[in-house]
Amino acid sequence: MTDNTSTNKIDSFRKQKAKEEMKKQLITFALMIGFTLIAFAIVATEAMDKMFVVPILLILALVQVGFQFYYFMHLKDKGNEMPATMIYGGVWAAILTIVTLVVITWW
Amino acid sequence: MSIAATQKRGFGSFLWDYLTTVDHKKIAHLYLFGGGFFFLLGGLEAMFIRIQLIKPENDFLSAGLYNEMITMHGTTMIFLAAMPLLLGLMNAVMPLQIGARDVAFPFLNSLGFWLFMFGGILLNCSWFLGGAPDAGWTSYAPLSIQSPGHGVDFYVLGLQISGAGTLIGGINFLVTVVTMRAPGMTYMRMPLFTWATFITSVLILFAFPALTVGLFLLMFDRMFGSAFFDVALGGNSIIWQHLFWIFGHPEVYILILPAFGLFSDIFSTFSRKRLFGYTAMVFATMLIAFLGFMVWAHHMFTVGLGPVANSIFAIATMAIAVPTGIKIFNWLATMWGGSIEINSAMLWSLGFIPTFTIGGMTGVMLGSSVADYQYHDTYFVVAHFHYVIVGGTVFGILAGLHYWWPKMFGRILNEMMGKISFWIFFIGFHLTFFVQHFLGLMGMPRRYWVFLEDQGLDMGNLVSTIGAFFMAVGVIVFLINIIYTAVKGEKPGDDPWGGRTLEWATASPPVYYNFKQLPLVRGLDPLWIEKTEGKGKMTPAEPVGDIHMPNSSILPFMMGLGFFIAGIGFIFQVDHSAWLIAVYAGMATAIGSMLIRSLKDDHGYHIHKEELEREAD
Repeated sequence: MTDNTSTNKIDSFRKQKAKEEMKKQLITFALMIGFTLIAFAIVATEAMDKMFVVPILLILALVQVGFQFYYFMHLKDKGNEMPATMIYGGVWAAILTIVTLVVITWW
Repeated sequence: MSIAATQKRGFGSFLWDYLTTVDHKKIAHLYLFGGGFFFLLGGLEAMFIRIQLIKPENDFLSAGLYNEMITMHGTTMIFLAAMPLLLGLMNAVMPLQIGARDVAFPFLNSLGFWLFMFGGILLNCSWFLGGAPDAGWTSYAPLSIQSPGHGVDFYVLGLQISGAGTLIGGINFLVTVVTMRAPGMTYMRMPLFTWATFITSVLILFAFPALTVGLFLLMFDRMFGSAFFDVALGGNSIIWQHLFWIFGHPEVYILILPAFGLFSDIFSTFSRKRLFGYTAMVFATMLIAFLGFMVWAHHMFTVGLGPVANSIFAIATMAIAVPTGIKIFNWLATMWGGSIEINSAMLWSLGFIPTFTIGGMTGVMLGSSVADYQYHDTYFVVAHFHYVIVGGTVFGILAGLHYWWPKMFGRILNEMMGKISFWIFFIGFHLTFFVQHFLGLMGMPRRYWVFLEDQGLDMGNLVSTIGAFFMAVGVIVFLINIIYTAVKGEKPGDDPWGGRTLEWATASPPVYYNFKQLPLVRGLDPLWIEKTEGKGKMTPAEPVGDIHMPNSSILPFMMGLGFFIAGIGFIFQVDHSAWLIAVYAGMATAIGSMLIRSLKDDHGYHIHKEELEREAD
């Protein structure tokens, strides 16, 4: 039985997986640098109105946080459900706090 | 290393053992000792408060000293007594309940304890170094900004250090429950006390940062001339209240959920029945934790947030009564038809149900934002939170101590004295606080150091003080019980109660590696399953093998000591810059210890298979 499962096959499967993972990491990394450059460019060149710049920066930041969590901190991988739950719990508590403070203290 | 436990040792090595220990069972002893000490201190302060209020216009304490007493009573009881005692029980029991050999980070466990202990000592040093904090346990700005002397500085630094310790403890428990459950111990097979520990740790993780931020802002305002809470310079003093209660409300659930958990275990054990509605109990606990983050502004109804905000928070508050009600009914249904055995642990649990339900009912009354304008800052509030915190948390701690004492120390507490202390304390508690509801409704405000004659408050306050003395006697009987048990208590064996959960499958007290072989868990109440199927002990899930153990370390103690010294330095550097030496020396000790910990590899040691096999079963 054990002889039939060639270690070579498992190795090649793993290698394939690792290769794909590396590809994803590099693409995400490139995208994040791209986003940073875009953010920097629109502020430095003053090409846009302030009204548009702020929301665009926030959206870019949000996407980057997502990349960070899902690709670099491996939230997308199996077995990370509990850390994901914790992180979303923390995000929820933080959002509640900020929204309430903004709405009832400074509005 | 392992032989040391069996040798006869002097006091010095005993002390060194506890200073350096990373064993969760010994850290539990430390927490119980530290928390117990501060509980007695807080109790003493409570007695002074009640003696001052025994008659109208009493002059037992001066007004300033009275303010210090109420502040330190509240702060000590919440941060330095109730929470550490619960953390002690969690440390003692939770790893055993999930079938683990220790917590995930034994070193951090020890660090968490020492930070708590040094923070607590720092806070109490204020009595001897120019006066204790006197702005109430909530330390509202602008009062806390303007409070003269160093009292509030001690509050800020002391809570900052002990809060860091609690946060570390919470994270440690989270990782332990997620990663270290024995084979077969799925989430939905965990005992309720473990569930409560887990969810409480989530609350600690998310709630304490708000306190940390608030304390830092207060520290900067008081010491370094910032103006976060100073309205005159463009600050906003309401932000303190928000930050404090964003922490403070989850904090009360941090206090009550572990008690809920251990009551669930006790009811099920002494009714000889599976816990009724296990799944509902778990989800009710989660729901309480979830809602607990959305109700903090009910402490601030009279601040003037406006009718919309008040209504939202009022409704969210009342919603919490639903999961809590589910729990109460499930406990009653657990006992229904059970073969109930009433002993001291069960008495505390039975006393909890009506007491806590009264506290919950006054809670819903206070949660009505309209009625709250009448109740706010009166003795009605004082009565309410003592009914839930004493009736829930303190009864819970005492129930847990009676229940797990044989497991933790190998000796069983005396039943007779246990029952006496329960009845005296229980009667005293209701004498003290039931009458305070009516004092509050008649308009007696909290935190005032005197009241006038012939306003209908004389009799109620006298009764209340008499009740407080009963409570003190109850605690003293319990202390005598502890000493008696330590000297000549019975040794009841490993499983005196007919336990259902994994901790009762270990020795009493457990060996330092807890389980020679990790147990195989086949369902909820794993030991009970084995008992009903005639085996009576756990099936091992692994062959006997080497066990990896952590080394003891003095570094956590040194880090705590370092932050303690630095804290003293921070407090007094505003008077004279020479105190900065203490800041530098303290920080150097703490950071130096951290550096040693980071740079020096410590791989722990192994207990070898042969050594394990030699030890008798």
